[in-house]
Amino acid sequence: MAGTLQFDLVSPERRLASVVASEVQIPGADGDLTAMEGHAPTITTLRPGVLKVVSAEGAKSFVVTGGFAEISATSVSVLAERAVPIEELNATLMDQLIADASEATAVAVDKDAADKAMADLVAMRAAAGF
Amino acid sequence: MPSLKDLKNKIASVKNTRKITKAMQMVSAAKLRRAQDAAEAARPYAERMNAVMGGLASSVGTSASAPRLLAGTGSDQVHLLVVMTSERGLCGGFNSTIVRLARAKANELVAAGKTVKILTVGKKGREQLRRDYAANMVGHVDMADVKRVGYVNALTIARDVLARFEAGECDVVTIFYNRFQSVIAQIPTAQQVIPAKFEAAAPNALYDYEPSEEAILADLLPRGVATQIFTALLENGASEQGARMSAMDNATRNAGDMITKYTTIYNRSRQAAITKELIEIISGAEAL
Repeated sequence: MAGTLQFDLVSPERRLASVVASEVQIPGADGDLTAMEGHAPTITTLRPGVLKVVSAEGAKSFVVTGGFAEISATSVSVLAERAVPIEELNATLMDQLIADASEATAVAVDKDAADKAMADLVAMRAAAGF
Repeated sequence: MPSLKDLKNKIASVKNTRKITKAMQMVSAAKLRRAQDAAEAARPYAERMNAVMGGLASSVGTSASAPRLLAGTGSDQVHLLVVMTSERGLCGGFNSTIVRLARAKANELVAAGKTVKILTVGKKGREQLRRDYAANMVGHVDMADVKRVGYVNALTIARDVLARFEAGECDVVTIFYNRFQSVIAQIPTAQQVIPAKFEAAAPNALYDYEPSEEAILADLLPRGVATQIFTALLENGASEQGARMSAMDNATRNAGDMITKYTTIYNRSRQAAITKELIEIISGAEAL
C-alpha cells in the first residue's frame, strides 16, 4: 500500500473528519484532483461537489460547497463552508443548498463564479438522482 | 421600625429572588459550557483560514491588482461599526462595555470629521446606542430567534456588510464584541475586518495555486469576513454567558447577605417584643 497522509475536513462550526488517508479526491475549482502522499504543495479553491477520502477504514464521501483545500506532501486540510457526509444528503438538503447558492448569486460580485457554482450544484443534484 | 410581619415578608421575597438568581446562574453555567465548546470547535477553521489568507495577502501585497477587500477603497471617510451585543439583559456590564468602546470610537471618528454608520447586532446595543446615535444607525440584525449561533447567522451579517461595502456605502468596517477570557474577564474588542488586516505572515511561496493567487484571495476574503464575524459571535456568546454567570453569582451572594441581615433584625425585634412583654407582666405583678 502506498504511503498515507493526514486528512482533515473542517467546517466553520466543527471538525468533521480527521483520519489518516491513502488518497483524497478533491473537487477543485479548476478541475478534480486526487491528492496522495508526496503531492506537490498546492492550495486550491473548491467548487461544489463530492469529496472522497480513501482510508484504511474504507472510502467516505462528503458533499462540500465552497472553501479551499491545502495540500502538502504529508497532509490535506479541507476548509469547506458547508460539508455534509453523503449519507446524510437528501432532496431537502440539496434544495436548501441550491437556495443558499441562489441567494449568494444575487449578491455576488463575481457573477460568473456564482453562476458556475450554481450550475455545479444543479448538476450534482441531477447526478444524485433527487 | 418595620413590623415583624413586614420583615417576614421581606425575607420571604428576598429568598425567592435568591432562588431565581441561583437558577439563572446554573442555566448560564450550562450554556457557557456549550458556548465554549462551540467556540473551541470553530477554532481550527478560523486559524487555518487566517494562516492561509495571511500568507496569500503578504505575497499579493498591496499591489494595484489586490482585491478591494484587502487594499481598501483608497479612502477612510465612511466607517461602519458593527456592534455585537446580547439580546437579553441581566448580564452585568457585558453590553455596557461593548457600547462604551463603540461610543468612544464613534466619538473619536466624528471628531476627526469622518462619517460614522452603525449596524447593531442584538437588541441591547441598539437600545443603548440609539440615545446618542439614532441618526447614524443603518441597520439592525435581530438575534432573538437564534437559539444556537450558527455559521448561517454570521453569513447573513457578512453578506449585509459586504453588500454595503460593494455598494460604496462604507470604506472601513470594524466589529465590536467581547472576547472571552474567563468567567470573570471579558475583553471588549474592536477588530477591523475591511480592509482585511493580517499579522505579518511569511508568504507561503512553496505552494502551487489553483487558480491564481489573486483569484483564491478574492474568493477567500469574503469568507474571511464571515469567519471573523462568526468567531466574534461565538466569543460574544461565551462572554455573555460568562458575564451573566458572574453577575448572577454576585446577586445570589447579595441576596444571601440581605437575608442574614434581615433575619438578625427580625430576631432582635422579636426578642425586644418578648422582653417588653415580660417587663410589663413583672411590673404589673409588682404593682399589686
